[in-house]
Amino acid sequence: MKESVRAVIRRNLWTDNQVVRQVLGICSSLAVTNVMANSLVMGVGLTFTTALSSLTLSALRNYIPRRIRMIVQTLVIAVYVILVDIAIKAYAPDISKALGPYVGLIITNCIIMGRAEAYAQKNPPFLSMLDGLFAGLGYTAVLMILSTIREVMGFGTFFGLDVNVLNAPTWTIMVMPPAAFFLIAVMIWILSAHLQKKSAKPAAPPPAPAPAAPAAAGGKA
Amino acid sequence: MNAAPAISPFVIFLASIFTSNMILSNFLGTCSFIAVSSEFKTASGLGKSVTMIMVLTNMINWLVYKFLILPLHLENLALIIFIIVIAALVQIVEMAMDRFLPDLYIKLGIFLPLITVNCAILGATLFMVIRNYDFWQSTLFGLGSGLGWWLAISALAAIREKMARTKLPKGLEGPAITFVITGLMALAFIGFSGIFTIQ
Repeated sequence: MKESVRAVIRRNLWTDNQVVRQVLGICSSLAVTNVMANSLVMGVGLTFTTALSSLTLSALRNYIPRRIRMIVQTLVIAVYVILVDIAIKAYAPDISKALGPYVGLIITNCIIMGRAEAYAQKNPPFLSMLDGLFAGLGYTAVLMILSTIREVMGFGTFFGLDVNVLNAPTWTIMVMPPAAFFLIAVMIWILSAHLQKKSAKPAAPPPAPAPAAPAAAGGKA
Repeated sequence: MNAAPAISPFVIFLASIFTSNMILSNFLGTCSFIAVSSEFKTASGLGKSVTMIMVLTNMINWLVYKFLILPLHLENLALIIFIIVIAALVQIVEMAMDRFLPDLYIKLGIFLPLITVNCAILGATLFMVIRNYDFWQSTLFGLGSGLGWWLAISALAAIREKMARTKLPKGLEGPAITFVITGLMALAFIGFSGIFTIQ
């Protein structure tokens, strides 16, 4: 069954958003979101990796023996992550330092493996690339929302610019780990309550086909 | 390679359990932490396997980094080499367990394949490289991180078991409430901060 391009975009950005609906790729989305610039770099890096690894793995899907596909997937992903790592080191050395091991950890980011397992294996290269691209953009969107809240409330700045015009005290807790967990919990709660309410209405259109949900289990580790 | 930081390995061990816990302050391994924590027994089994693999990978990856990657200037390939080491090690441990410790294999074997893609394992290796630990520091860092991960996932699973029948508002069930619990645990662990510092 071929999915339309529109359906791919809608599914990845909204109904099956990788972070807040599938609960994948949480590690980095919580760890880097106390500073907006870091989140943006991380989001772009992950989007690049997901799109290109989905494209490559989908193009190779008929040539990879099933038994060794996990290791092949990991190696293809690792190649792209190394490119991203070198690029960030060269053009944004400060951010590379701040991100620390989290750029390397894109390799084990469950989103990429999840897209490769659940989608790129069964679909043609172009659609797989779009799927990876928009999965990455959905991740970036969540990161930007989280980091906006955390940076504005925690440091009183927006992309490093001082926006604290009222000179209100900043909330240190916002840049610490617990706030990240609470914020993502609230986002998941709001979105799933909203989608549940929508699907309960009889007049609403049927939800987009979601073949990804159970199949993503392979990448959930 | 710069000199290793002058911290006693034992301090690193305690700090990596309490003050810089893998999940609660570094967010590593969160995916399996959320997905495999609805039952205490399973969660504890996964925690044990993670601890074991983490100690072994940290030891081997330290040797690989020191005696293979640095002399041959393969730093750009370090990520690929580390992930291959982890994948190979998991496979070997799985086969060795199956052959020599069948009881343990039945209990832990199902978790082993999951571990290759657990970001806490690769994360521990990368932290050890970035912080320039020496061999014993790396080993105890791996052990401490693993035990910290085990502690956190067991505690979470125990809480979730007790909460299984609690009525919750719409949309809060499942992952959302799990994150709230984790947040509260992280808040509690902040109480340890300041006792040891390693980063």
